[in-house]
Amino acid sequence: MDWRDEGVLLSVRRHGETSAIIEVFTAEHGRHAGVVRGGTSRKIAPVLQPGAQLDVTWRARLEDHLGSYTVEPLRSRAGVMADRLALAGLNAICALLGFVLPEREAHIGLYQRSVTLLDLLERTDAWPLAYLRWETNLLEELGFGLDLTRCAVTGTREDLAYVSPKTGRAVSRDGAGEWASKLLPLPMCLLGQGPVTDADITQGLRTTGFFLGNWVAPSLGNKPLPAARQRLVDLLARQG
Amino acid sequence: MSDAPRDIDHLIELMAKLPGLGPRSARRAVLHLIKKRGLLLNPLADAMHAVAVSARECLNCGNIGTSDLCEICQSEKRANGEICVVEDVADLWAMERSQVFKGRYHVLGGTLSALDAVGPEDLRIPKLVDRVISEEVKEVILALNATIDGQTTAHYLAEQFEGSDVQVTSLAQGVPIGGELDYLDDGTISAALKARKSV
Repeated sequence: MDWRDEGVLLSVRRHGETSAIIEVFTAEHGRHAGVVRGGTSRKIAPVLQPGAQLDVTWRARLEDHLGSYTVEPLRSRAGVMADRLALAGLNAICALLGFVLPEREAHIGLYQRSVTLLDLLERTDAWPLAYLRWETNLLEELGFGLDLTRCAVTGTREDLAYVSPKTGRAVSRDGAGEWASKLLPLPMCLLGQGPVTDADITQGLRTTGFFLGNWVAPSLGNKPLPAARQRLVDLLARQG
Repeated sequence: MSDAPRDIDHLIELMAKLPGLGPRSARRAVLHLIKKRGLLLNPLADAMHAVAVSARECLNCGNIGTSDLCEICQSEKRANGEICVVEDVADLWAMERSQVFKGRYHVLGGTLSALDAVGPEDLRIPKLVDRVISEEVKEVILALNATIDGQTTAHYLAEQFEGSDVQVTSLAQGVPIGGELDYLDDGTISAALKARKSV
C-alpha cells in the first residue's frame, strides 16, 4: 500500500550506514515515521533537516509496517538558522509536535496552523505571539483546552487576570480573592487583548507550559517536556 | 583439521562491521589480505596492534593522538589565541587537511539535540569554557555543520561567551567552490545572499 502527502519533517535518526528513519507531521496522515533509503547521502541529507516542508510518498507491504519514504523538498526553512530566537522556535515546534502527537492520527487543523507558524518564523519578528497562540491551540487539540471566556467563580467576562491550575478556566481579580497567589497569571495577550510585550509572551508560555507539563506530559508516560521548549522560553525571557 | 577457517571467519565477521563493508566485501578484503600476507596482512596487523596500544583521546581538545596531549595541543606555535570548535574528530582532520588554520582545536563530541536528549553537559562544552579562560583565547571559531542541530549548538556556544572579551565567529555559509546556482537549494542561496560581500 502507498500514499502521497505533504508534511513537516520533525526528526531524523540514522538507520544503519546509509538510511535514515524520519518522522513527518503530514496533513492527512498525522505524525508518521518511515525509512528513507540513502537518507544519509550527500544528496538527501541536506533535505532532511527538521522543519523542512516535504512532499512524501510512503510505501509498505502492510499498513502496520514501518514502511519507506521517498521525499521531495518543497520548502527549506534553513533561513532561520542564522536567527537564534527563530531557530529556537523551530526546534521547540518540532520537538513539541514529536512529543505530544500520537502516531498516524490526522490533525489537519493543527497541521495547517503549524505550517503557518513555521512560515512566520522567517517572515516577521512578531512570531512569538503566534507561537503562544499555537500552544494554546495545541492544548485544545489534545483535549486540554483552556477556557478563558469567563470567570469560573463569578461568571464575569471583565478583568480576567488568572487561570486556575486545576481546571484551566479563567478567574477574575475579584473572583480570585485570597487564592490569587495559588493561581497562574493570565497575560492579556492570551485573551487577544492589549499591547503585547516579550514579558507578557513569556508569562503566557509559563502558563501554557504548566498545562503541558502537568496535564499533557503525565498522559504521555510522564516524560519531561522537550528541552527545546524551555530553551525558547529562556531566550524570550532574556530578551524581554 | 586446523582452526584456520574459524579464525578467518572471525576476521571476516569483524571486518564486516567496518563502515562501508558488508559480509561479501569483507570476505574479498580478507582474501586479498591473505594473498598479500607479507605486503599487507602482517604490516596491517602490526599497525593495528600499535594503534590499539597507543591511540587515545587528547585530554585537552578531544583529538585522537598517541599521548595524553595531542601534537597540536603540545605545539606552542599553535597557541595563537584562536580555538576552532568542531563537532567531531573527522571535522578536525578535514580542517587540518586544508592547512589554513594555525590555531588550536576543540572537539565537542556531538551537537545539542533536543530529540536525542543531548544537553550541554553531554558535550565537551564546560571544558571549552575552561580552556578559553586558561589559554587566554581571543577568538572562538565555530566550525559546526550547517544543520539545524549544528547551528543550534553554535548559537548556544555564542551565548556562553556573551559579555566576555572573546570574539565568537563562525564559518561562512553559501555557494561552494565550483557550485552552480541552478543546483543550489533555496536555503543555501538565502544564506549566501545574506552573507554577500562587496567585490
